[in-house]
Amino acid sequence: MDEKALRGLIADVKDGKLSRRSFVHRMVALGLTAPMATQMLTWSGLPAAAASEEKFKYKPTKRGGGGPLKVLWWQGATLLNPHFAIGTKDQDASRIFYEPLAGWDPDGDLFPVLAAEIPSRENGGLAADGKSVTWKLKRGVTWHDGKPFSADDVVFNWEYASDPASACVTIGSYKDVKVEKVDDYTVKVIFDKPTPFWADAFVGARGMIIPKHLYADYKGDKSRDAPTNLKPVGTGPYKFVDFKPGDIVRGEINTNYHIENRPHFDTIEFKGGGDAVSAARAVIQTGEFDFAWNMQVEDEILQRLEKGGKGKALITASGNIEHIQLNNTDPWTEVDGERASAKTKHPLLTDKAVRQALGLLVDRGSVEQHIYGRTGIATANFLNNPERVRSKNMKWEFNVEKANSILEAAGWKKGPDGIRAKDGKKLKFVYQTSVNTPRQKTQAIVKQAAQKAGIDMELKSVTASVFFSSDVANPDTYSHFYCDLQMYTTTMTQPDAGTFMNQFTTAEIATKENKWQGRNITRWSNAEYDKLHKDSEGELDPVKRSAMFIRMNDLVCGDNNVIPVVYRPRVAAIHGKLKADISGWDTDMGNLKEWYREA
Amino acid sequence: MGHYLLRRLLIAIPSILGISVILFTVLALAPGDPFEELATNPNVPAEVREMLRQKFGLDDPVAVRYFRWLAAMAQGNFGFSFASRIDVGTLIMQRLPVTLLIIGLAQLLALFIAIPIGVYAATRPYSIFDQIASTFAFVGFSLPPFFTGLLLILVFSIQFDWLPFVYRADIDATGWRWFWEHVRQAIMPVSVLALFLAASLTRYVRSSVLDVIRLDYVTTARAKGLGERVVITKHVVRNALIPVVTLVFLQLPALFGGAIVTEQIFRIPGIGSLLISAILANDTPVVMAVTFVSAILVVLFNLIADILYGWLDPRISYG
Repeated sequence: MDEKALRGLIADVKDGKLSRRSFVHRMVALGLTAPMATQMLTWSGLPAAAASEEKFKYKPTKRGGGGPLKVLWWQGATLLNPHFAIGTKDQDASRIFYEPLAGWDPDGDLFPVLAAEIPSRENGGLAADGKSVTWKLKRGVTWHDGKPFSADDVVFNWEYASDPASACVTIGSYKDVKVEKVDDYTVKVIFDKPTPFWADAFVGARGMIIPKHLYADYKGDKSRDAPTNLKPVGTGPYKFVDFKPGDIVRGEINTNYHIENRPHFDTIEFKGGGDAVSAARAVIQTGEFDFAWNMQVEDEILQRLEKGGKGKALITASGNIEHIQLNNTDPWTEVDGERASAKTKHPLLTDKAVRQALGLLVDRGSVEQHIYGRTGIATANFLNNPERVRSKNMKWEFNVEKANSILEAAGWKKGPDGIRAKDGKKLKFVYQTSVNTPRQKTQAIVKQAAQKAGIDMELKSVTASVFFSSDVANPDTYSHFYCDLQMYTTTMTQPDAGTFMNQFTTAEIATKENKWQGRNITRWSNAEYDKLHKDSEGELDPVKRSAMFIRMNDLVCGDNNVIPVVYRPRVAAIHGKLKADISGWDTDMGNLKEWYREA
Repeated sequence: MGHYLLRRLLIAIPSILGISVILFTVLALAPGDPFEELATNPNVPAEVREMLRQKFGLDDPVAVRYFRWLAAMAQGNFGFSFASRIDVGTLIMQRLPVTLLIIGLAQLLALFIAIPIGVYAATRPYSIFDQIASTFAFVGFSLPPFFTGLLLILVFSIQFDWLPFVYRADIDATGWRWFWEHVRQAIMPVSVLALFLAASLTRYVRSSVLDVIRLDYVTTARAKGLGERVVITKHVVRNALIPVVTLVFLQLPALFGGAIVTEQIFRIPGIGSLLISAILANDTPVVMAVTFVSAILVVLFNLIADILYGWLDPRISYG
């Protein structure tokens, strides 16, 4: 779909011939995100949609009275400073106490939290040249210790996070911007070049605001010594009570919370530890807990638990994609002490016929049906988002006959051992992934199909804490990619595709020089892709930008550089009576203030 | 005795140091690093991970790190956890009460079960009671705690819904309610552990009593007209329990960080689960602290067990 067609669709929405919802659906099908789709509409002059019936409704009419809220995160939170959060467990625990200026709702729209309103072109918040955003802050907000919240806190957060000496994990969102105080309740975020995705700093999980008056003495080197790291003081719906790292976080209702009638619960208990299956049991079967996060449990088990239980599985769309990567370089040849070096080319996988055949040998249908169920949906796209934004150009197919004929036609003939070979090179691959039952099952399915096509696969599994580590000396990490094929899930932590798609640019190729910390693990290099990505970073017109992302997705998947397997929505377990507003674009606790329990 | 004690203490010091060197080297050589979660996060630039590694001194050579740790340890400073930047000593103290409670209770319960059953079974060897007791002992010993734990959860929590299976260290209720809630949630983990410990203890008590009952002074006591009850409780049991006491003392260090699997199943925030999560997160200071304290306790309790044995049994003397 090109720009002209996109503009045609937008015109249809303007005329009322196409509903907003269908438009967003289509954009997702092309490989974009819902927030980008809504941005496209807003840019073209269509105001944000009115609250539809499906939107979450908060029913209680007073603050408190809901009793205790007990939630279970089977990885316990280890620290409570959002700028140091390692993984969503810490982000969620921090979100109980801290808040950002705005969050993302399930439809991909922004909703204001500490901001008075969402910046837009109409209200003058967004500059026409795309180089600045002006946020108006809510008045009358106080920190849990009574001090008032003001623009000084917002500016401080920028200074704190952008300082490399603090070693904040949120630095990526703050180091390339400048934040200025305009007055006590207004801040201006300035970018050095036109930035289409302006809603990064101070938004969502990476935008939680910490108090200046408690952290001013702990900037830079001393950042990890602040006592407030373990005793948070924020603006959120619950006040801090107790914290035992790795075990439990407790909070109690904030009676001075800045939004009326919220929160509903009197206390919150955030328990950690154990494993996913018993967590599912504790919520769905015995009802001991109200909510459990990240149910990496086979759907079969979840369904069994749901029968006659007190709760159910809650599935929220997000952008995570489980995919198989094909190595563009040769992992079996060493160059300057480095295997899988960008200076080499893979002898087998650079043959387009081989890649095509492999793409046809992954039985995604079976993987979805028998392994992941509701928790993994077969896909042919790398960039998936709420159903609305998925490329219609890519289709997946499972066809062993076709794979066989493609290979045969390309000259790969079956030898006496049943393995295809050409010019003395046999089709033998080493296929690795982390230790995880669904993944091992997927590997077995792929191996079986490959065997039928004359391809021999050796399966390898590495324990997760090693596979995902950034240890320079360890050859088994995913970034070293010292094998032919590997499989894992890339998470999409933000609704904007820009950061997500930079993992295929030439500049990000993981090499020994950059200690394998580059994000381009497949070491793929394509000039058109690089140009598109660079252009998309500065393109302010969301329609043009979306077309670019769709093209990028098609380049990657059309070339069979990666084989997307299933896209994985977030699965949580929730008690029958608990009503929670969960968005796939923010963490589970993103809208905690709206949770309530039906009587 | 004094000489013996001194000699043992002097030998203990190099052995503890040797243990610490081995522990530290093994941990340093192990793959994985504390910041691996950041590796898959696209928003964390590589420089931040590098900075964090430098900040925590992870890039220094092993020997340097070891001596730094040793110096800190000598001053009683266990260091700071990489993951949560909390003082490791504080972290351990947070978890210690729960550990002592659950595992301590389990040990006591095991003793209360094992001693009467073992003694009774020994006084009537090869009777029905003895056969049943022995069978239970073997079953209890062979079934791993994670199996019995899951079985109990399935039966009592899920089927009957009588008992909660997620342990909560802080229950906000007062008085009897608080006590009762704690009892309810502790029953299952304590019984799982106690069953396992009691199994081997029963057999041991039984064989120990069998050894003593055969001796001449017991026959004399009976000949003198003492009731069977008095003979057993006043004469036999006391002497039979000497080796049992030393065995129990040797098992005591397991109190600290012992029941890892049970803690995982029931989500008990004890030292065992701290150790496991620290290992999985490559949180070296915590792992070093817990394993080192464990090692010290083992060496210490070995010494105490030996001394106790010498004190209880007058036939043994240390030169």
